[in-house]
Amino acid sequence: MANTAALTGINGLREIRRSPASHLAQALEAGSVPGAVVLKESPFQTMAGVRVAPSSEEGARIASVAGGLPARCGEVTGRDGVSVLWLGPSEFLVVAPEEAHDSLGGDLIGSLTAALGDAPGQVVDLSANRTTFELSGPRARAVLEKGCALDLHPRSFTPGTALTTEVGNIPVTLLKTGDDSFRLFPRASFADFLGRWLLDAMREFASPEVP
Amino acid sequence: MLLISCPNCGSRDETEFHYGGQAHVPYPENPNELNDREWAEYLFYRDNTKGTFAERWLHSTGCRQWFNMLRDTVTYDIHAVYPMGTPRPATAVPAAAEVGTASVAADSTTIGNAAPSTSATSIISSSTAPEGATK
Ligand SMILES: [Zn+2]
Repeated sequence: MANTAALTGINGLREIRRSPASHLAQALEAGSVPGAVVLKESPFQTMAGVRVAPSSEEGARIASVAGGLPARCGEVTGRDGVSVLWLGPSEFLVVAPEEAHDSLGGDLIGSLTAALGDAPGQVVDLSANRTTFELSGPRARAVLEKGCALDLHPRSFTPGTALTTEVGNIPVTLLKTGDDSFRLFPRASFADFLGRWLLDAMREFASPEVP
Repeated sequence: MLLISCPNCGSRDETEFHYGGQAHVPYPENPNELNDREWAEYLFYRDNTKGTFAERWLHSTGCRQWFNMLRDTVTYDIHAVYPMGTPRPATAVPAAAEVGTASVAADSTTIGNAAPSTSATSIISSSTAPEGATK
């Protein structure tokens, strides 16, 4: 599926692609506090929106292509760098690296579409719908807690869990990738707002702690 | 802030939901046979209940699913959460038993492992929210 060489070979189009938060790249770097909390955009991931009844035959076909379908809220399945996030009882978001996209030599969208066939449901290429922020560091949870009402304590929110909720009052899918690392998937039109909101929430950690 | 227990996702803040008005208002079987007054009543006339009220809610920034809820319009106590298309559950909640609790959590988890199943009707009998669960 992966074909990194293809990224440079799409008629130079890769260079002129702009991600929703690309204009914030310098600000994200300047606002990151290594050792406390680091924010960066991880653009252009391949994403597919899947709607299918998970207990049906076509659901099983899609599960075998995607690496399983999560059964309940919070669950994440997948394999080989592909994550399948639970959005609803019959709605899922498949997230994969950029090179998994069919236009770059991969076959993610095509294989999901083929697995669904003519059965009821849909597979939609949503790669441009959301962007990805990666927030990591020992203070990452403290930053998120300023604008997210869920219990983000590790006893409740464990690595490999994803929840669709609100962060900074906007709808975001929040994926916990490690003990101190999170991925946030805001819709493209909210990327600027969320990027600036996170930078503002991170700012206090750049200053020395007041005893 | 109400804490609403989504049948799929568990307890979430009220801001994640959209209100869908009165539940159990059936679409007329033969709309063409309705006169203007009946049609207007179907479209615009709703109960204005003081007390326990059956209403529809949408978990719009979560699982995007609709569900029904029995809520007291005076105390804001949530008495039941139940799936669309099922009849209004009978509740034996004494009207004056609970006072002043603005939010009710069916469970304090944010992750759906412990969320009530969609097929079962969950009746919430106690209005005591866990410490720290009320915002
Ligand atoms: Zn929900």
